[in-house]
Amino acid sequence: MKISYREALRQALREALTCDSRVFLMGEDVGRYGGSYAVSKGFFEEFGPERIRDTPLSELGFVGAGVGAALGGLRPIVEVMTVNFSLLALDPIVNTAASLRHMSGGQFSVPLVVRMATGAGRQLAAQHSHSLENWYAHIPGIRVLAPATVGDARGMLAPALADPDPVVIFEHAQLYNLEGELPDNWHCDISHAAVRRPGTQLTLITYGGSLPKAMQAASELAGEGMDVEVIDLRVLRPLDTATIAASVRKTHRAVVVDEGWKTGSLAAEIMARLMEDCFYDLDAPLARVCSEEVPIPYAKHLEDAALPQVTKIIAVVKGLLNV
Amino acid sequence: MTPNTHTTHTTRTTPTLSLDLLADMLRIRRMEEKCAELYGAGKIRGFLHLYIGEEACAAGALRALVPEDSVVATYREHAHALLRGVPLRAIMAEMYGKAAGCCRGHGGSMHLFDADRHFYGGNAIVGGGLPLAVGLALADKLQGTTRVTACFFGEGAMAEGAFHEAMNLAALWQLPLLFCCENNLYAMGTALARSQSQTDLCAKAASYRVPAVKVDGMDVRAVHEATRQAAQQVRAGAGPFFVEYATYRFRAHSMFDPDLYRDKAEIEQWKQRGPIHSFTAKLKAAGELTEKTFLALDARAEAEVADAAAYADAAKLEPIEDLLKDVYTPQGTS
Repeated sequence: MKISYREALRQALREALTCDSRVFLMGEDVGRYGGSYAVSKGFFEEFGPERIRDTPLSELGFVGAGVGAALGGLRPIVEVMTVNFSLLALDPIVNTAASLRHMSGGQFSVPLVVRMATGAGRQLAAQHSHSLENWYAHIPGIRVLAPATVGDARGMLAPALADPDPVVIFEHAQLYNLEGELPDNWHCDISHAAVRRPGTQLTLITYGGSLPKAMQAASELAGEGMDVEVIDLRVLRPLDTATIAASVRKTHRAVVVDEGWKTGSLAAEIMARLMEDCFYDLDAPLARVCSEEVPIPYAKHLEDAALPQVTKIIAVVKGLLNV
Repeated sequence: MTPNTHTTHTTRTTPTLSLDLLADMLRIRRMEEKCAELYGAGKIRGFLHLYIGEEACAAGALRALVPEDSVVATYREHAHALLRGVPLRAIMAEMYGKAAGCCRGHGGSMHLFDADRHFYGGNAIVGGGLPLAVGLALADKLQGTTRVTACFFGEGAMAEGAFHEAMNLAALWQLPLLFCCENNLYAMGTALARSQSQTDLCAKAASYRVPAVKVDGMDVRAVHEATRQAAQQVRAGAGPFFVEYATYRFRAHSMFDPDLYRDKAEIEQWKQRGPIHSFTAKLKAAGELTEKTFLALDARAEAEVADAAAYADAAKLEPIEDLLKDVYTPQGTS
């Protein structure tokens, strides 16, 4: 059955709210407004204002309250409108949620789920378009997910809620309208990367909103006779190094596609791990396609130029394959 | 209690309660003095913030709560941990960085926690405990408990956005949250009047339509009575309450602070109103306390502290192999 990424998220949320009375959704305009990306549209009427809880514009306050509610026995899902706004809530996520278990000698787990939109491509300029997933992936104590398919949008929430520790879920804003086939068995883990397209000559490693671009690039390259494998990281922390390394040991070449800025990027981390684990398996230098080092601009042609694009990916792959 | 007024306490304290309050303050004082000594001896490291001078706040407030209540505190929280029932041995071992510490030596002085006693730290981000307390109170309200969450913070935290966001959320959602502001007049080295445009702290709370009261934080019975009444209202479902304890720390902010920003005369003036000796004098004058009883209480506090320090000194360190053990919850344990 073909459904949208948004609909998959909605099904997952509805199931969570229906099956577990401890679960509630909290965030800016998740209720009466229906969610800024319409993910929770109609839930306010279905589940009521206690469980579909509209908050003031108060990211520090309500994300922190999510941490406290998780400690207090509930299973909060906190929606932050965009990753840019989540910077106002870094304190409760990093200093409290991520640290609490270790800092308390293992006494407190924080079963909190934070969902947020991320990424560019809609001409929303420099305060609504950034990809800061790697900031969170840097932090020990949390798990970071990036569902990039309809299946993962449907399947990742349940294991995230079952996880006793904080989980941050990034939904790329360009994916909400993406339509895809919902697999019969959409149940999934939140530990492993996935091979989205098998190939033999080169591995494209990506996540989130860049997955459709990498798949498109692989498809076009196949048309020109190049056999490229595509890996969707899915889980940005902890990274599934084994799956990535196994692929690169097979293909001997890798390109990382990451919408984050190149400097200090997740791409950099993956390349470093490949150097540690696969140096002698490589037939070519590692490469990456990242966003240009610029606050994402408004004008369409500039925004396009700032982001990883299919043409750039193809060019880099061809360079490594000496085509 | 009329909101936003300065109360004079009505004495509901019984002689037994008075002695308990005194004993609590003595336990805090002797513990903190020992900590200072152990810091000098290099046994305790990191940042160490002492509560000496402020004992009446924790002692009076915490005896107004019940064991099921939740307490959230700051990095100046040894007293709150102790009076919530965290064993002094576990507190001391924590400050020694030992595996027998209440947080296995992961937290130290600023991060004391105790899940069984609903003691949620131990927060070293000024204001960081406030949103957390909102969430605890929200969970209690949604789960229909009669628990009160008491969140301690200093007046310095009231300049943080976290305070205002927490206040708004607690009032908006009418949460069972008791805001306990220990106003010791200095945010580290910056005086209240030099850091906040409105120095009437109760007025800030009142602006969120939260009832507020200011009490003499050097008077343990006043603290107890004001907190008891406030907690009663919160527990009854009247929403949040704000209590300001006007107090003063006699020691520097931390062991690294040369204390150059306060007038020596000001410190001396406050010391004249010291919570332990003023209360002791009152009790003696009222015939509720003999010198013999006082000495016995003090000796018991001294002995408890000495025992805890010896215990911590002899306790084992956590093996380095366990360094990463509690970053994530082990699978299958929750």
